[in-house]
Amino acid sequence: MPGKTSVPADDRSPAGTPVGRRTVLGLLGLGAVGVVTGHWVQDGLSRILAPIEQRDPTGLLSLFPLGDTFRFYSVTGPVSRKTAETYRLTVSGLVSHGATYTLADLHAMPQTAFVRDFQCVTGWKVLQVPWAGVRLSDVLDRAVPSASAKAVRFSSFDGTYTESMTLDEARRSDVIIALQMLGKPVTHDHGGPVRMYAAGMYGYKSTKWLSGIELTDHEIPGYWETRGYALNGTIRQ
Amino acid sequence: MTANLRRFSTAERYVHRTVAVLMGTCIVTAAVLYNGTLAVPVGHRHLVELIHVYSGFALPVPMLLGIASVAYRADLGRLNRFTPSDWRWLRSRTRRDGTIRVGKFNAGQKLNAALTAGSVLVLLGTGTLMYYPSLVRLSWRTGATLVHDWFALGLGLLVIGHISFAIRDPEARRGMRTGRVSTAWARAEHAEWVDETDPVDRSG
Repeated sequence: MPGKTSVPADDRSPAGTPVGRRTVLGLLGLGAVGVVTGHWVQDGLSRILAPIEQRDPTGLLSLFPLGDTFRFYSVTGPVSRKTAETYRLTVSGLVSHGATYTLADLHAMPQTAFVRDFQCVTGWKVLQVPWAGVRLSDVLDRAVPSASAKAVRFSSFDGTYTESMTLDEARRSDVIIALQMLGKPVTHDHGGPVRMYAAGMYGYKSTKWLSGIELTDHEIPGYWETRGYALNGTIRQ
Repeated sequence: MTANLRRFSTAERYVHRTVAVLMGTCIVTAAVLYNGTLAVPVGHRHLVELIHVYSGFALPVPMLLGIASVAYRADLGRLNRFTPSDWRWLRSRTRRDGTIRVGKFNAGQKLNAALTAGSVLVLLGTGTLMYYPSLVRLSWRTGATLVHDWFALGLGLLVIGHISFAIRDPEARRGMRTGRVSTAWARAEHAEWVDETDPVDRSG
């Protein structure tokens, strides 16, 4: 047997080749190669399969890890559903004009749309997602933040989730209060009717089921940030 | 049938049971984490994630502790080694008719053990990379997610296969539950193993 010094043969030890060990080592090698090259494979798979998967009426395709699809994160128990009638977004904190918006109010504001990737910090991503909604900067401008306001804190009507980013980040033109994603109103599972989308930042920065925007004098760590994720959610390759 | 042949030691049966509970926990929590129709109603992602991750970290522990047992080490050695008759058994369409004499484990069981062990280690490694985002760069985390997903699917199929074979064979289940099997069953399924066991063991 190559690579092994001779061991006194126990006459009761079974003969044969160590296929078990080779299989284990082979799988470990395959796994390591997959970790290093997997993002290319994943990109290729998603380019082919994502259009089919997003439109798969049976939902069966999403049971298989074929390409990039959304994985639905919720940090509390079942989240109550909000409709156009019941939905409210409050803007408060260090502002001179606090406000409460209905869904119709948000729809009446100037809309912005773009196509950007959704990247989860754990590694999965969905390429080329169409987003549309109201620029957060427009809502902030209306509220007129006071001089001491340095950060924005988001809260969710799931009752638990919070997030934050600096005021400078929040004012970027690709940080939006999303009313539409994937070409239709944001569904409940995706955090609808209204969620955040912050391009260039990991998904945990894009609060789902958005219900509150509060201006603060410093960044208050959000739900995942008190559980180990970085306060700065900028995507770093 | 009287169960009079010793097949698994107490240590091996405890390892099996502990691994089964941890594996079941991993699979149930994985289903919640992965499947959107379960993930949103169940929610509590952080808690589900913690249970999944720590059951996963714990999964190899009983298998490693088992190495302290002589019987466990001996069976690992048996599972590791493939003889020419194992390859014949895998290729044969009439593998169950007893023409090819089988040792303590048949080639399918050996293959399952190796694939399961390798998959558990790969899932452990890739899961660690996903759980601690600061360990490696983003593209490797993407790769780790892909590998974790596919190996989880493969391991899930192995577990389903393992359980369905067990459902069809009550005597094999009794072997794992009580540690002993009937000589008649052993002669039919593992003839070579019966011959290598001590007559003392057989008297039971």
